Amino acid sequence: MNKKKLTYKSIDKIVSHIIMISVLVIVLFPMFYAIIVSTQTFREYFSFPPKLTPGSGTFSNYSDAWIDGGLGRLLMNSLIMSLAVALGKIILSIFAAFAFVFYDFKGKGVFFIIVLITQMLPLPVRIVPTYQLMSSLHWINTYWALTIPFFASATGTLLFRQLYMTVPSSFVDAARVDGASPIKFLWHVVLPLSKTNISALFLIEFIFIWNQYLWPLIVANAEKMRVVQIGLKSLIDTDASVNWNIVMAGTVLSMIPPLIVLIIFQSSLIKGLALSSNK
Amino acid sequence: MQVKLKSQKWLPYVLLSPSIIIITIFFIYPSLQSLYYSFFRVNMTGTRKIFVGLTNFTRLLKSSDYLNSLLLSLFFSFSVVFIGLLISIYIARIANRRYKGFNVYRIFLIWPYALSPAITGMIWALMFNPAIGVVTNILNFIGINFEYISNGIHAMIFIIVAAIWKMMGYNIIFTLAALQGVPSEIIEAATIDGAKKGQIFWKVMFPVISPTIFFLFIMNTLYAFFQQFGLLHVITEGGPGRSTDLLVYKLYRDGFIAMDTGGASAQSIILLLFVSVIMTIQFKITQKSVFYGA
Repeated sequence: MNKKKLTYKSIDKIVSHIIMISVLVIVLFPMFYAIIVSTQTFREYFSFPPKLTPGSGTFSNYSDAWIDGGLGRLLMNSLIMSLAVALGKIILSIFAAFAFVFYDFKGKGVFFIIVLITQMLPLPVRIVPTYQLMSSLHWINTYWALTIPFFASATGTLLFRQLYMTVPSSFVDAARVDGASPIKFLWHVVLPLSKTNISALFLIEFIFIWNQYLWPLIVANAEKMRVVQIGLKSLIDTDASVNWNIVMAGTVLSMIPPLIVLIIFQSSLIKGLALSSNK
Repeated sequence: MQVKLKSQKWLPYVLLSPSIIIITIFFIYPSLQSLYYSFFRVNMTGTRKIFVGLTNFTRLLKSSDYLNSLLLSLFFSFSVVFIGLLISIYIARIANRRYKGFNVYRIFLIWPYALSPAITGMIWALMFNPAIGVVTNILNFIGINFEYISNGIHAMIFIIVAAIWKMMGYNIIFTLAALQGVPSEIIEAATIDGAKKGQIFWKVMFPVISPTIFFLFIMNTLYAFFQQFGLLHVITEGGPGRSTDLLVYKLYRDGFIAMDTGGASAQSIILLLFVSVIMTIQFKITQKSVFYGA
């Protein structure tokens, strides 16, 4: 009986490991393949059967991508856009959530609905007029167009609001009795409590913005203002045959910043979201 | 009920104003304009417009191109959401076993979440490249001729699989986190009562994790409907023919290449109806409206 149970368990263990390893291979293979091709010369990646070992073209591929493909500028544009929007969203959402939770004021309900409404209005719902607005503001091909329209965040406001609603009334009372200014209360009490949520929101928004495609395509398609995906797409659109090794070198470079952010803040993602969705 | 801070009456308005101003200018005003334009026929340069009532809408609903796009989008979204979630739940159940080394799998599973649909598209386009792609070669070897560039059905399968792949790690990680939150007492109790493994999962654990599954269902639906533009623009450009011309792609073509402002605005308003339906379902079921990452 005991023995039978043991064998069942070890078979289950082996089968589970095999399944998980296969899943991991499927999940990671495309990234691995991109890295491999980015190291190969034309002759190497064109060989049959395909080679899955590092090639000898690493340096020339990456330097071609960086110099001819202008990857430096592209990555900088993506970085500016993602950092600015992530930080802007965090600040504006903390302000808004602070006002909603710690104050009673006229029009609160209406303002709250206005914030919620943004969730109903993804870009495709308002794309043509928003583009026209950019154009009449002369914001086409500027960082303004890439950042400002993204600054408001229902996600962030709700995330912080749910957290702040759990702040014990005694804290608020104490602050009031001590005569602490609201700004002090925000800085010394509320902000330190918000760390996990800030990390979670930074992760979500940085990646969300880094991965934007349609908006940068229509408002920032001048060579100097392109974000990295749009720049890489233009490398594929050549009339001549595509240099896949150089495109993959660019692809690998473009994966690094969001992956770093993911790895650093990974643990806060689920913690931050679990905190507020299990309210 | 939270005790409120008093002091300056104007402070909450100051704190809220940046958000409200941005939402009004960049969300509400353009959306109202979409609604307004959807009743007009606008010339290419935008200088003249004629009120045409509901003509833009009736024109769309009679257009075989639009209906094609609508059906493709529904099919695509349904496939991505249901197949994607089923696979993820299955894998999360396995990943939930507490064997040595399983933590390592969990760390890497979420990596594709960091990849954009466009970058996913580039790598997948290479893997399935008819001449040099490594997967094409493997498929050829086992006798499958996969031609996403010329075959519309293959192209549709291709973008569905790529879209599922990109969301899979995210779905698994969230399902897994929910599974780990299921109290072990109720599983033990069910085991003692002699319930089988499948029964324990579907009758005991699934109800507990269903809020997470529902959250993922909404996230995946919005993802499938609204975030595929990069993937399509990189891999298929809506083709071959119109076989992967999903709603978002058609909207882009009509609004920014054909410059049909009225028609594109009517399409925007139809998309707004879709979002409203999704949000209403969400709100009805959970009585709260929290979304992350959308």
